[in-house]
Amino acid sequence: MIPVFFSYFALVSIAAGILTVSLRNPVHCGIALLALLGHVAGLFVLLHAEFVAVVQIIIYAGAILILYLFVLMLLNLKSEERYFHRRHAWYVTGVGALTVELLMVLLASRFSGAKGPATVEAVEEVGNSMAIGIVMFSDYLLPFEIVGVFLLGAIVGAIVLAKAPSSSEGEYR
Amino acid sequence: MVPVSAYVLVSAILFVTGLVGVLIRRNFIIVLMSVEIMLNAANINLVAFAHHLDSLAGQIMTLFVIAIAAGEAAVGLAIIIVVFRGKIATNVDQINLLKW
Repeated sequence: MIPVFFSYFALVSIAAGILTVSLRNPVHCGIALLALLGHVAGLFVLLHAEFVAVVQIIIYAGAILILYLFVLMLLNLKSEERYFHRRHAWYVTGVGALTVELLMVLLASRFSGAKGPATVEAVEEVGNSMAIGIVMFSDYLLPFEIVGVFLLGAIVGAIVLAKAPSSSEGEYR
Repeated sequence: MVPVSAYVLVSAILFVTGLVGVLIRRNFIIVLMSVEIMLNAANINLVAFAHHLDSLAGQIMTLFVIAIAAGEAAVGLAIIIVVFRGKIATNVDQINLLKW
């Protein structure tokens, strides 16, 4: 059963990714990105990463994508007449060749490595969220705090950038 | 049982899709969306190897990547709003001059 679900999620997410890049209307691109995020969350569930899947839905689809759509509608961007960089279309050929090369290498690899302690059974004993929480607040405490400071900086930066310029500093944009 | 190389394949295809999007699209917001596709491809890779190697580190890195993506979206969209307010430019190739 898992291969069936995997093929569904994989094919739909790839199709949604291609649609996101190729659709003309930006709002349609946003909807295609939403489909991509949802199906990637499905892939996470298949990999026994339930907490990450839920975070993906709530943060990515619920917050980040809504922010994108909000700005799209705020700016009232019309569909582009000038759509692609025609001059740079040859990039696609190079990138495609690189992909084929990469896929050849990947399919031949066995990806062996040292196994960690968190087997599926061991994680299910305490629950996925609790297992992640224990590791995150012990081994990864410093990166966690750094991400907190980073988010604070992002909030302040976004507010300062997007604030309407007052008349006294009208020169400054 | 789906082998890990299948997930890596999906991830590689999605990453290249996002890369092509960044290279060929002109609209700011679509370029940022393509960056999100690339971040998602990286996330699939991280979670797939976390599952494959029985470790939680990949899942935690994925959570950090999602947090960074949120910050990037906020600041990037703020910059887009500033550019749109300052002069009517909705394409990345129209912004080719810094202030001097």
